[in-house]
Amino acid sequence: MARITAGIGTSHVPALGAAMDLGKTQEPYWVPAFAGYEWTRAWEREQKPDVVILVYNDHATAFDMKIIPTFAIGCGERYAPADEGWGPRKVPVVEGHPDLAWHIAQSCILDEFDMTIINEMDVDHGLTVPLSLVFDQPEAWPARVIPLAVNVVTYPPPSGNRCWALGEAIARAVESFPEDLNVQIWGTGGMSHQLQGPRAGLINKEWDNRFLDLLEGDSQELRHIPHIEYLRETGSEGIEMVMWLIMRGALGRATRTLHRHYHIPASNTAVGHIVLEPLP
Amino acid sequence: MTGTRDIHAYLAEFDDIPGTRVFTAKRARQGYHLNQFAMSLMKAENRERWKADERAYLEEWPLSDEQKQAVLDRDYNRLLDLGGNIYFLAKVFSTDGKSFLQAVSTMSGMSLEDYSAMMIAGGRSPEGLRSIREKR
Repeated sequence: MARITAGIGTSHVPALGAAMDLGKTQEPYWVPAFAGYEWTRAWEREQKPDVVILVYNDHATAFDMKIIPTFAIGCGERYAPADEGWGPRKVPVVEGHPDLAWHIAQSCILDEFDMTIINEMDVDHGLTVPLSLVFDQPEAWPARVIPLAVNVVTYPPPSGNRCWALGEAIARAVESFPEDLNVQIWGTGGMSHQLQGPRAGLINKEWDNRFLDLLEGDSQELRHIPHIEYLRETGSEGIEMVMWLIMRGALGRATRTLHRHYHIPASNTAVGHIVLEPLP
Repeated sequence: MTGTRDIHAYLAEFDDIPGTRVFTAKRARQGYHLNQFAMSLMKAENRERWKADERAYLEEWPLSDEQKQAVLDRDYNRLLDLGGNIYFLAKVFSTDGKSFLQAVSTMSGMSLEDYSAMMIAGGRSPEGLRSIREKR
């Protein structure tokens, strides 16, 4: 049977991808941001996940204003890195896992989560930067990836509670897939940042670290944080953290932290990263 | 349950956050063509035509005169007021060869140097910037 063995939370700041692509990671500005991923890269070489369910948001790339799906799951064979306005990142093509993806899509719909199904799309920094942070710069990505795109751009995004519950439904779906697969789920985006207006540059280290604290253990507190609190406390783009709750929900009753990292800044953003394992 | 289920109460709270425009349905409708114009710059051939003659390229889109002028001026705060969304507007500043840090700093009223220094020092504190009404 397939099983979810671990969850990862990480920011997906485009400048982190650009720093890797342009060979700048040894510059003093970037060294502390990347240092926190060394542990995870070594750990992943041992874990060898077969599939990563990668929760992210599309940043006006595959989806424009024509169609705005709340939860969309990639069921395609592969996804090319997108041209976001400066040419595509030179990173490997992302290989999908259509069998498991379609199984999750069908199971979630029967479980009353009305998923949008994507068969073809390009993937932007929201998806490829986490792969680079965790897997470094390989010739081919070492795991297959199921993209799960969440609308966190046009309001209202899904509630934290709904995201957590979707994670629980995804876990049930994975457990009923007959093939023996080592599956991880990653929640990406955040942490505090605001990319607009006179309040741009807002960072809330205390709030972010409390969020990281509460991902561990059996607390259900995070699922009840309303959108207005993310907006007030963590900036207009801090709302991306609801996507981490899909990851947390999929890990079940309780978790243990294996690794944690927090650094300010990467560009406009606080970088947060956590590796969790589910506890029975 | 997570917060209110009353859409009126939900939306009303957003106006209480200092210096922030939340991308609501109202803004999404106002900025629809502005954001779709920006989106068109993801294609290399469109970027070339845009760079060759910005004004002529804008004439192909049903934008208001205010929106067109704000694009030509790269006035991002104004563009947000007129329904623009930062992830769409990013196509415009990316085409200009500008990073998020460079573009976002222009909205903060600070120089790039001062803004970058503020970020390295830990970013802008939320103290006093959470709520207009409650002054906290």
